This record gives sequence, structure tokens and C-alpha cells, in this order.
Amino acid sequence: MKKLAMKLIGACSLLLLFLTGCTNKIAVLNPQGPIARQQYHLIIWSVILTAFIFAVVLIIFIYVLVKFGRKNNHAGYDPNNHGNTKLEITWTLIPVIICILLAVPTVKTLFALDGPPKPAEGMSKKEAITINVTSADWKWIFRYPDEGIQTVNYVVIPEDTPVKFNLFAHSSMNSFWVPELGGQQYTMPDMPMKLWLQADHVGNYLGRSANFSGRGFAGMQFHVLSKTDADYKAWIQNIKDTKPALTMSKYEDLLKPSNVKTSAFSSYPKELDKKDNKAMKKMNHMEHMDIPENHMDLKSQDNDMDGMDMSDDSTKGGK
Amino acid sequence: MIENIKSFLGSFFVTGDPMIYGADASIALASIGIVFYLTYFKKWKWLWDEWLTTVDHKKIGIMYIIAAILMLFRGGVDALLMRAQLIIPNNTFLTSQHYNEIFTTHGTIMIFFMAMPFIFGLMNIAVPLQIGARDVAFPFLNAVSFWLFFLAAMLFNISFVIGGSPDAGWTSYAPLAGLKLDPGVGENYYLIALQISGIGTLATGVNFLVTIFKMRAPGMTLFKMPMFTWSTLVTSIIVIFAFPVLTIALALMSIDRLFGAHFFTIEAGGSPMMWANLFWIWGHPEVYIVLIPVLGIFSEVISTFAHKTLFGYKAMVWSMIAISVLSFTTWLHHFFTMGNTAMVNSFFSISTMIIAIPTGVKIFNWLFTLNKGRIEFTTAMLWALAFIPNFTIGGITGVMLSLAPADYQYHNSYFLIAHFHNVLIAGTVFGVFAGLHYWWPKMFGHILNERLGKWAFWVFMISYNICFLPMYFIGLMGMTRRMYTFPSGLGWEPLNLIITLGAFGMGVGFLIMVWMIVYSAKYGKRDTTGDPWNGRTLEWATSSPAPEYNFAHIPQVETVDAFAHMKEKGTADSIYKAPFQAIHMPNDSGIPFILSVFFFIAGFGLVFEWYWMAIPGAIGIVVCMILRSFKDHDDHHHIPAEEVEQTERAAGRLS
Ligand code: HEM
Ligand SMILES: [Cu+2]
Ligand SMILES: [Cu+2]
Repeated sequence: MKKLAMKLIGACSLLLLFLTGCTNKIAVLNPQGPIARQQYHLIIWSVILTAFIFAVVLIIFIYVLVKFGRKNNHAGYDPNNHGNTKLEITWTLIPVIICILLAVPTVKTLFALDGPPKPAEGMSKKEAITINVTSADWKWIFRYPDEGIQTVNYVVIPEDTPVKFNLFAHSSMNSFWVPELGGQQYTMPDMPMKLWLQADHVGNYLGRSANFSGRGFAGMQFHVLSKTDADYKAWIQNIKDTKPALTMSKYEDLLKPSNVKTSAFSSYPKELDKKDNKAMKKMNHMEHMDIPENHMDLKSQDNDMDGMDMSDDSTKGGK
Repeated sequence: MIENIKSFLGSFFVTGDPMIYGADASIALASIGIVFYLTYFKKWKWLWDEWLTTVDHKKIGIMYIIAAILMLFRGGVDALLMRAQLIIPNNTFLTSQHYNEIFTTHGTIMIFFMAMPFIFGLMNIAVPLQIGARDVAFPFLNAVSFWLFFLAAMLFNISFVIGGSPDAGWTSYAPLAGLKLDPGVGENYYLIALQISGIGTLATGVNFLVTIFKMRAPGMTLFKMPMFTWSTLVTSIIVIFAFPVLTIALALMSIDRLFGAHFFTIEAGGSPMMWANLFWIWGHPEVYIVLIPVLGIFSEVISTFAHKTLFGYKAMVWSMIAISVLSFTTWLHHFFTMGNTAMVNSFFSISTMIIAIPTGVKIFNWLFTLNKGRIEFTTAMLWALAFIPNFTIGGITGVMLSLAPADYQYHNSYFLIAHFHNVLIAGTVFGVFAGLHYWWPKMFGHILNERLGKWAFWVFMISYNICFLPMYFIGLMGMTRRMYTFPSGLGWEPLNLIITLGAFGMGVGFLIMVWMIVYSAKYGKRDTTGDPWNGRTLEWATSSPAPEYNFAHIPQVETVDAFAHMKEKGTADSIYKAPFQAIHMPNDSGIPFILSVFFFIAGFGLVFEWYWMAIPGAIGIVVCMILRSFKDHDDHHHIPAEEVEQTERAAGRLS
């Protein structure tokens, strides 16, 4: 059977690709932090269980084709064989069990990912840092509220430290994804979100937007540089000492649709922090199911906000 | 004045791309050619009488399938253009705007104008025959459904030469698809064309639901229905519940874009996430609308060519019903990464995974139908057999995607693209190909060439794996969907090259298939018996191609596999024994076609916000409906008994 041979060769070579070599090129299978590692473990667990199902299906498939696919030999032919309760119960129950085996770690991981990663055994707990991320068409803007600095299209973090990314969007939605450090989260214009990430070691990790946002989307790529604590401090100091300040008008230029190179600023207008905080407060209110009047109130604030930063948003322009 | 006209034409016609000019030229040439052919061979009347006005479910089915194959070609060319762009890093074959338009039209056309119509075509061909009926419950409405789909498809397709194509993805997420970030008419085409064809789809759902409930042959209880009929019934119910949601979502976004409302824009308190919710509340059931019917086709084909009754008939039915119910409880898995609480994501992870259970039951039932069978490897059967392992890959990666924390790493990457093509191609496309081979004799009276069919199968099936399996890995490497180009140096080059080669291999497979159809039309073996496969269900009881009235006498049904049972008992001739009686049939009507043309005119007007055009179009629609309402008294005729006898004799049924 030509077909079966093809299938087997295909399956084996895939497995080989999977298990050997190039996994360091396969970002998701090369986790570099506790968040990515939790997801990696879940992925591998699901691969094992589903591969088992696939193997069972494939074995039965090959068996029946070989046994009952012969041209001239019809041994065992039984046109009225139409059911077998025991078998049918078995192949309902086995998937049920597999679902349970998958559901339990899924739910556990989901709740674990909600908060900051726990320090590894024997390590002392490090203070988390916060970075506000804004996606604009088509670039990533990173603000460090504690340091007052801003970078564009790259972000520097200290190693072994939980980082809380607050995610905001200007105009379209994007998705913030650094596969080696962990799975993604959307940036949305009307609801700020958070994503915890942490890097084990010093390194340079590639991130990009995973959600389509228009013409310049393919260029929405950024680097996450993880540094030792000392290097991180030195880097911040260096930005503060050598980079220009960001004015509001320069910031508004930056928001206009374009792909840009990396850049950094020693400071940025304080209004931006206020705006970010206001949006996050609104979000928290919504999560706690606020009373209606309050909600209305927040909506009118929303309008003020538009007046401020969305008025001159030039659109996609001519096709 | 001249300047004004120039600038209008400049924005009306899409300009600036040699490929578009090529398309313009070929559209013009093809149109002239068709008009010339019809005029020269005096075929206009034939076209009008036999096709444009027909209400015969078999002819409507054929038209659906022809249109779907044309759309498969269009969507396939889109796919090849995309893959040509991605064959090497930093390629400049397509600009980003052009790429964005192409993946949007590829996705939209494949789902709305290829997969669904192909399936509806096969339903039209087979379901009335399988239940021993003379036509569907509402033949006129059936024609309306078809023409609405067809003219909506035309409306959508002209966007790439007139005005510009939509470019916000087939999901058309707000706020990207809103007026502010996406001015121009492209998204209007998406909204209006899908709205029009959606009306037709909803009508089809109602039509088949009633047909199956009310028009089964005497003795055919629900649990004696063939599996494809069951799958059509379940699908119709999903359509009826899901499509109104799409209708509303499209209407709201149209109001946003045309009249400046803010349902989905953030200004004035609209919610973009509302669109995501509405879209997927329809969208997840939609994937089952294009999957469940082909599960029915596979059941028919596997049982026929294993020469065995289906294993676990009841389990097959109940698992389909379970899938249809569950399909409404999982929509949120399309946006696990939009900031839901852990609780919400847990719920939708589990509800999604659970669908694997009934699906697994079906897979095992097919395997055990093959078991103890006498397997005959016809082309139809090869497609059905290839479905089992290939679809299982799509199924298990679906389970992997359902684990929300893992999905954070797969979402919107090529892993996802690979998954849904694994289910859409190994499921839907393999399924409609199997169905096409299987029912072709019933449609046209001859058998498709097996040798060419097998070549097409092997080339397509192997290329499909070469194309889509590497996508899983390139997704895990971090390549996201909808990237019009990718940088070099990330190690993505070899896999992208392989993927593109696979895609072109599928193109070759498709061409062989087209050649097979042309070749078989000329040299195909005639099907003189009406039962070329030793079939088990009633469509094989009548002659091929089936006569206008389907059955001279309505068959009596006693068991599942009704026709197999009749053959065993030797009563198969009961449906064409003299004496004959006059047969009551619905009249042809030009109204469905004309009504749909008015929909097209009104739709085109709305796309460009030309109300001087939209309003007359709308008036035309209303007038057609009024005319139809007064025609009730003369909408049927009788085929006299002598004519029935002649027809049966001509088919070689009376010796
Ligand atoms: C003929 C072989 C096909 C090939 C080579 C192919 C290739 C592709 C590729 C490469 C993409 C991703 C584009 C991107 O995100 O940049 C894509 C998207 C898509 N394809 Fe296909 N495809 C094929 C057939 C089909 C079929 C048969 C269907 C449906 C029945 C389908 C439905 C879709 C959809 C819905 C999308 C998503 C479009 C979007 O992102 O808005 N494709 N296809
Ligand atoms: Cu879904
Ligand atoms: Cu899916």
C-alpha cells in the first residue's frame, strides 16, 4: 500500500523533527521563562495524549485496510455487522478520560497564569516591575512608569524578575506575543489588559504582533532584551542621561500610522501615565460589575479621552 | 468636467497593478466570449428556460456545484498568489495592501462562496432523492436561495476590479474594519454581499428542515433516514439558529459604516469585542455547517464501498446531534487571549474539548464500518479513506488548541492556519470531492474517469500534506498569520519554501480534476442502470440522470438502507412499474432570478452609498415579492402519465 507507506514515513519524519535538533529554532518549544515553561509542559502533555489517540486510529485504520481491502480474498466479510455496545462504550469512555486528563492541568495552569510567576525553589522573591505597553499603528511603545522612560520597538527587562505588562491599544487591536517567554494577550482600544512574563536568563527574545492590524502589520516586530540587574540599572541610567525627552507633539507624531525603527526617550509627558491609569481604573470597575450610573460616568470620560488623542488620527489613506 | 470623470473612474476602477489589468482584460474577454457563444448558437432561450428559471432541485444543485467549483478556482488562485509572495523572505511580488485584500477574499470566498454552496449543491442533488420525494418543500424559495447566493458571489467578486476588495480579514474585526481605519468601499462589499447570500442560506435551512420533516416517503421514520439526510437535517437546524446572528452583526456594522453609528467603534461607547462575540457565535456553528454534511457524505460513501451497513447508526446520529448542540457553546475559544478571567477560559476550554468525544465516536464507527467489509477502492472511497487520518490530525490539533493556556502560544499563528485547513480541507473539501464522484452519475448519467480521478487524488492529497504539515512548525517558530512578508535570518525560509511547493502541487491536483471532468463528459462510461455502485439508499433506485419527477412511483420504505433492502427482496422495480399516473410538479419561474438581480442592484448601490441606485433596487425587490404573492393559483402543472411512461422507456426501465 503506497499510501500507508507515505503516511508512516511522514509521521516518523515529523516525530524526528519534533524530538531532535532544531527545537531551539522552534520558539514555542524552547521556553526561556517560567510562564512559557508552564505552557510548554501543557503542550507536551497534550501532544502525548493526542498522539496516543492518533496512533490508535492509525493502527486500526491500517489493520482494516490491509485485512479487508484485498481484491480477491473476502474472508471475514459480514455485511450485517452493525454495532457492538461494549466497543461503543469503550470508545466513548476513553476520550472522556483523556478530556479529564487534559482539563485538570488546563484549569490549574489558567489560574496559575493569572498572577505573577512564583519564584523557583531556593530563589528569593524579587520585586516585580511594571511596564505599560501601547500598540499603535504599527509599532510597540513601552513606558516604564517607575523610571519615567520610554522605548519604541524594544524593551529591556531584568532577568529572573516577574514583569507585569499592562497592555493598551491606540486605534486597532494587536496581540503582544513573545513566544520564548510566554503566550500572548491582545491589546484592545477599550480595555487595558495585563500579561505576566519573566525571563530566566540574559538574552534577546523576538516578539511580534499576532493580531492583524492593517498595512504595516508585518513590521510590528520588537525585541525583548533581558539583562542582569546591574546591567539593567546601568541601561536605565544611560537612557536617562543620553536620550532626548519625548514631548506631546512628538508622541502624537509617533502615533500616526507608520513603521519605525527602535528609539528611546529619557522622559515622557506625565499625562500619558494618567491616561493609562484612568483606563485601568475603568477596567477594574467593569470587572467588579459597577452600578449603572457609575458606568455612564466613565463613558463620558472616555469621550474626553478621544478628544485628546484620537482626533488627528490619520487613517489608512489611499489604497 | 473631464477631470471629474477621470477622478471618478480612477477611484471606481481599481488601477495601478498589472495583474488587475490582466484580470480586467480576461473578465472582458470571457464575458464577450460567453455572449458570443450564446448568441451564435442561439442558446439564450435555452439558458433562460432550462437554467435561469428552473425550480428543479437537481438543476439547482448542478448550478450550485458549478458556481462552487469556479469559486474554488478563484479562492485557489488567491491562495497561490499568497504562497508565491511567501516563497522567499522580503519578497516584493505583492504589496502589503494587495496581500491583505487577497487573504481576506480567499477566506471569505472559500467559506461563503465555495464550501457552503458546494455542500448545498450536493444536498439539493441528493436529499430529495434519498427521502423519495419529488422536490424540496419550497421549490420556488430554493431557486431564490440559489440566485441570491450566486449574485452575492458576483457582487463580492467584482470588488477586486471595481472599487477595491475588503482587506480586514474574513473575520472583519472591529475597529480595524470600521470606517475610520478602513475607508473606501471594500468592507461594504463584504458586509452587503454576505448579507444577501446569508438570506439565501437561511431560506435553504428552512427549506431543507421542512423537506425532511414533511416529505419523506411512506415508511421512512426519522431513524430510517440515510445518514446524509440526517446530517442535512442537523445542519439545517444549526443554520436556522446561527445565521440570524450573522444577519444582525452584519446589519449593525453596515449601519456603523453607512450611517455613522457606533455599535462597534469605541467612540460613543461602542464595543469592538461585541463584534468578536457576535461573529463567533455565528462563526463556530458555521464551521459545523460546512463539516456535518460531509460527515454524512463520508458515512454514505464508506458504507457503500465497504459494502456493509453503517456501524453504529444510532450512535452516529446522536453524536451529530450532540456536536450540533455543543457547537453553540464554544465560540469564545476564538478569543481566549482577549482578557477573559481564568474561570471563563476554563469553561470554554472544557466545552471545546468535549466536542472531541462525539467526533471520536464517529471516527471509530467509520473504522468499524470498514472492519469486516469488502473494501472497494474507488476514487470516491479514496477521498473518504484519506479523510480519516488527515482529519484526525486536524481534530487532535483542535484539542490542543482548546487548552487555553496552550492556545496563548498558538493563537493567530500558522499553527492555527494549519489546524483549520486540516479540518476544512481534509473534512469539507475531501468530503465534497467524495460526494462529487459518488453522485456524479446521478447528476449527469455518466461515471467520472477513475484513472484520472485517482491521479488527481494522490497529487492533491500528498501536496496537501506537504503544504499544511510544515505550517504547524512554522507557527511554533513564531510566524503569525496574515503577514504579507517575513524577514530572513529567523530560520523560516526552508519551511516556507516547502509550503509553497505543496500549495502549487494542490493546484496541479485541481487541474487534473478539471481535466478529468472534461474528459469524462466526452468519454465517461454511461450509467445505464441508475445504480453504478451497488448503492444502498433510494437515490440509486431511480434512473441516471434522475428524471424531472425523480420517481415514477413514490417508494415504500421498510428499513434503513431502503434500496439495499428492496434489492434483497426483489421489489426494486416497484417504483417504475406500469401503469403510471400523472405527476404534479411545480412551475418554473423567472422571479427568483429577477428578484436576485434587484438585490444585486440594491446591494451595489449600498456599497457605493448611491441611494439613487439602491432605492430603485429595493423597490424592484418589493415588486417581485408582490408579484409572487399573487401567482399562487398557477404555480404547478401535471406531467401526464404517457409522458412518464415515455421517459421511463427512454431510460431503459420498461422492457
Ligand atoms: C487550495 C489550497 C489552499 C491553500 C494553499 C490555502 C492557503 C492559505 C493560507 C496560506 C492562508 C493564510 C494567509 C495568511 O494568513 O497570511 C489561508 C487562510 C485562510 N484559508 Fe486557505 N488555503 C487553501 C484552501 C482553503 C479552503 C478550501 C478553505 C475553506 C474551505 C480555506 C479557508 C481559509 C480561511 C478562512 C483563511 C483565513 C483568512 C483570513 O485570515 O482572513 N482555505 N489559506
Ligand atoms: Cu470555533
Ligand atoms: Cu477549530
